[in-house]
Amino acid sequence: MLIAIISLGGLGLLFGGILAFASQKFAVEVDPRVEMVQEALLGANCGACGYAGCSKFAEEVVAGNAPLGGCTPGGAKTAARIAEILGQVAPETEARLVAQLVCLGDCSVAKDKFIYHGVPDCKAAMMYSGGSKACRFGCLGLGTCARVCPFDAITMSEKGLPIIDADKCTGCAKCRNSCPKQVIDMINARTFHYVRCKSTDKGKQVREVCERGCIGCGICVKNCPQKAIRLENNLAIIDSFICNNCGKCVEVCPRDTIV
Amino acid sequence: MGNIIVIIFGAIFINNFVLSRFLGLCPYFGVSKKVETSIGMGMAVTFVMTMASLVTWLLEWFVLVPNNLQYLRTIVFILVIAALVQFVEIVMRKVAPALYEALGIFLPLITTNCAVLGVAILNIQIGYNLFEALVFAVAAAAGFTLALVILAGIRERLELAFISRHFRGVALSLIIAGILSIAFMGFQGMM
Repeated sequence: MLIAIISLGGLGLLFGGILAFASQKFAVEVDPRVEMVQEALLGANCGACGYAGCSKFAEEVVAGNAPLGGCTPGGAKTAARIAEILGQVAPETEARLVAQLVCLGDCSVAKDKFIYHGVPDCKAAMMYSGGSKACRFGCLGLGTCARVCPFDAITMSEKGLPIIDADKCTGCAKCRNSCPKQVIDMINARTFHYVRCKSTDKGKQVREVCERGCIGCGICVKNCPQKAIRLENNLAIIDSFICNNCGKCVEVCPRDTIV
Repeated sequence: MGNIIVIIFGAIFINNFVLSRFLGLCPYFGVSKKVETSIGMGMAVTFVMTMASLVTWLLEWFVLVPNNLQYLRTIVFILVIAALVQFVEIVMRKVAPALYEALGIFLPLITTNCAVLGVAILNIQIGYNLFEALVFAVAAAAGFTLALVILAGIRERLELAFISRHFRGVALSLIIAGILSIAFMGFQGMM
């Protein structure tokens, strides 16, 4: 027993020593700025920058191949940190984008056309005649977006809709890309009010399946002082970059679709 | 000399590591999308298998057997292989960065490759001497590379073929591997 412990422990120590020695002796010189840039990044490896991960992005930034503001989730703050490390001027960044759920059809207001007992995943449910929601545009509420979010910004409510925490959302757009119904939009983070419906059905059909869907009445379009709302295919759309949060549309919407 | 030839043919064809012994199946399906990368993986496996055989053979006969510690063989060999792969990776990164980039993820993958551990343990179980063990390791790796390149070649060609949706990807690879395995079973009983 003692010999076993000594020899196994000894071997472990020996190999550990050899590895420690080798890592010292054969250390590869890496630009220290790469490591500093990598520390400045959020480290979620979300891939929004277009590179294989945060470390690859850091390498490319230091090499000058990637833009300083390439880290979408990090936004202006990270771009400024990277610029500081590299001794360059931070670029002007665009307005911050956050994910916004564009559906209010939780289980209390939207009807189902059948009961779904399959794999609890929106993409799987989508394959089964478009999911169980009677509205063919509505959120399926099975939480695919919440699972892909690398920043834990999305949780599922009891009524079966995702809740997006705008403070935690970094705008990486993973949830939008994973949603089979495409009921997540990336909008200007400064905008509070948004038409929370994607249905382009006629008003009558919308009424049949959902209590809060947009019926395309156009009252909000007429009342918007900024002319930020337009009507397309029976659906009101707010341009989040023109909207100044006056809240007029929220007051006039007869269906409470604008929140 | 005849003995050596038997070992080589046996390891490559008759008891092919992947197709008859079913060892190292993870890299077999993971790294067989392109012939180029499969050759790279084959090289890496050859290198690690030979090194691992050398070190584990020496450890077995000069450390484990004199101390009656054969029951520690598996764990010691795993330790050796893991440390060896790490060591090779560190050295290669410094000495041959081009090769390091080319092998990329394959090298760490080999750490947990059961084919490498299989060779090391078979060397002891069959009772090869050091030279035979090294020959066996190289031949086993050659057999692994052969199987890998064959599968990669077939998969490359099937890329362009129309395949029913349900068979695409790993499903078809498994079927191909099964047929290849049957083909290699034809060598069984040759020696």
